[in-house]
Amino acid sequence: MEIIYTDNNATTKVADEVIEEMLPYFGELYGNPSSMHTFGDQVDKKIKQARLRVADLINADPDEIIFTSCGTESDNAAINAALNAFPDKKHIITSNVEHPAINKLYQHLRETKGYEVTFVPVDKKGCLNLDLLYNSMSDNTAIISLMWANNETGVMFPIEEIAKIANEKGILFHTDAVQAAGKIAIDVKKAGVDMLSLSGHKIHAPKGVGVLYVKKGFKFSPFLIGGHQEKGRRGGTENTVSIIGLGKACELARENLTVMNTKVRELRDYLQSQLLEKIPGSSVNGDLALRLPNTLSIGFDAVEGESILLMLDREGICASSGSACTSGSLEPSHVLMAMEVPFKSAHGSIRFSLSHYNTKEEMDIIITTLVPVIQKLRDMSPFWKDGKMV
Amino acid sequence: MWDYTDKVKDHFLKPRNVGELEGANAIGEAGSLNCGDALRLYLKVNENERIVDATFMTFGCASAVASSSALTEIIKGMTLDDAAKLTNDDISDYLGGLPKAKMHCSVMGQSALKKAIANFRGVQILEKPGELVCECFEVTDLEIIDAVKANGLETTEDVTNYLKAGGGCGQCLDRIEEVIESVIAKG
Repeated sequence: MEIIYTDNNATTKVADEVIEEMLPYFGELYGNPSSMHTFGDQVDKKIKQARLRVADLINADPDEIIFTSCGTESDNAAINAALNAFPDKKHIITSNVEHPAINKLYQHLRETKGYEVTFVPVDKKGCLNLDLLYNSMSDNTAIISLMWANNETGVMFPIEEIAKIANEKGILFHTDAVQAAGKIAIDVKKAGVDMLSLSGHKIHAPKGVGVLYVKKGFKFSPFLIGGHQEKGRRGGTENTVSIIGLGKACELARENLTVMNTKVRELRDYLQSQLLEKIPGSSVNGDLALRLPNTLSIGFDAVEGESILLMLDREGICASSGSACTSGSLEPSHVLMAMEVPFKSAHGSIRFSLSHYNTKEEMDIIITTLVPVIQKLRDMSPFWKDGKMV
Repeated sequence: MWDYTDKVKDHFLKPRNVGELEGANAIGEAGSLNCGDALRLYLKVNENERIVDATFMTFGCASAVASSSALTEIIKGMTLDDAAKLTNDDISDYLGGLPKAKMHCSVMGQSALKKAIANFRGVQILEKPGELVCECFEVTDLEIIDAVKANGLETTEDVTNYLKAGGGCGQCLDRIEEVIESVIAKG
């Protein structure tokens, strides 16, 4: 069965060009970049090239790039460094729709280290309440951490605007740009962020590699303490193969930005308009304009997400859901709940996240598959009768 | 992805006895839209109190649909007295087992059946007897006590798997712990 992969916010296909770039370093070119011989040094040169490629994607200097093992490590390292830099400040700010890498970490800091945490709420469109955010900033605030774009809805926060205010108040600003990278243009200098997290496997590099951008001048303390790697900012022998792959992926991501914002956006918009038109009782979650070009979170009244996903799965269609049953939790996702998406559609919310590998033919297959799937589930739902909710 | 048995998959993809039942003389409902799964069970019971037909309407995940389908298959032909003895384990066993975190789907089936039987016999079931423990999923202490006794539950996690209680905000977990301890203390 042909797979139709529309779960790119979960993970992405490793690009063929990336695999090709990595292959020699799995095998014969196994040297340690720290070694004092030419055999290891050739890997070091390749890592330098990767660092430059990553830096170019976000307009950073290569020295500002630290390679990590994943987005979660990048987030943890950023917050750890910020709190170490300002030991007297006991207040941190974030939103109530963050990824667990930030959300759970902040909860942990509140419960075990006594930090006061402000979780700034979002509105029904998933947009941040900026007044509350600005009013919560104080001299006691050690760091503000906000995602650039939401993984479930694709809704983007006005990072540049917020970073500017944070800078004026002298508060450190970190952004988790794991979902934004490769989908919209990112310029750390223009945005004025102090730290930024990236993840390789969301942009067609392999799993197990991430990046933390740290602005020059910030006294960064390492999260993983060990050797001199990454200029003493992250101990541990480099994941050379994946770093080299990530470098190539960043180069490709830069080239593909236009495609992402034209072809991929058009495919997403086509899928969205067709589903809204053909399936009554469906609604899009999140602000329609302030959204990543590849993401569609759509709720279907009176049906449940796991059932939809399993029926799509039978046809080889990969998507994800904001419903409770798939994750093992019992309530719909914290993102949809924070947006006050009503239960009637939150339980039946499906996320399609596209990449440049998707085609119009695939969108048509999804549409023609999904329409009868929703109908079948509604035919057995006690909350749906004669074409509407009951 | 859940590790569903082939039987669960079969009953999810080809559910038996779906739809409203014309001439039904007993209806039982369990679950709710907010909770993420709900079942409406229709029974046709003859003058000898035998279930001659059963159908369902279900909103929920694959195991909720499969549990509902299995329930209708099991009870068709049973007398109400026999059906009243049906446990959630009977539903789960019929399907070759359910993942632990999905046991509440079989409990929903049992609960709808109880209500349908009461509905037929004209017995008034108090909507929610006992003290409300879990506000997120509207579960009372009496329901927890029943589930703990019937299934030998020992931890709050077990209770969440069977009844969902405690699986939302988590504020009632201490109270659930107390209820479990009180049952265990009484032996």
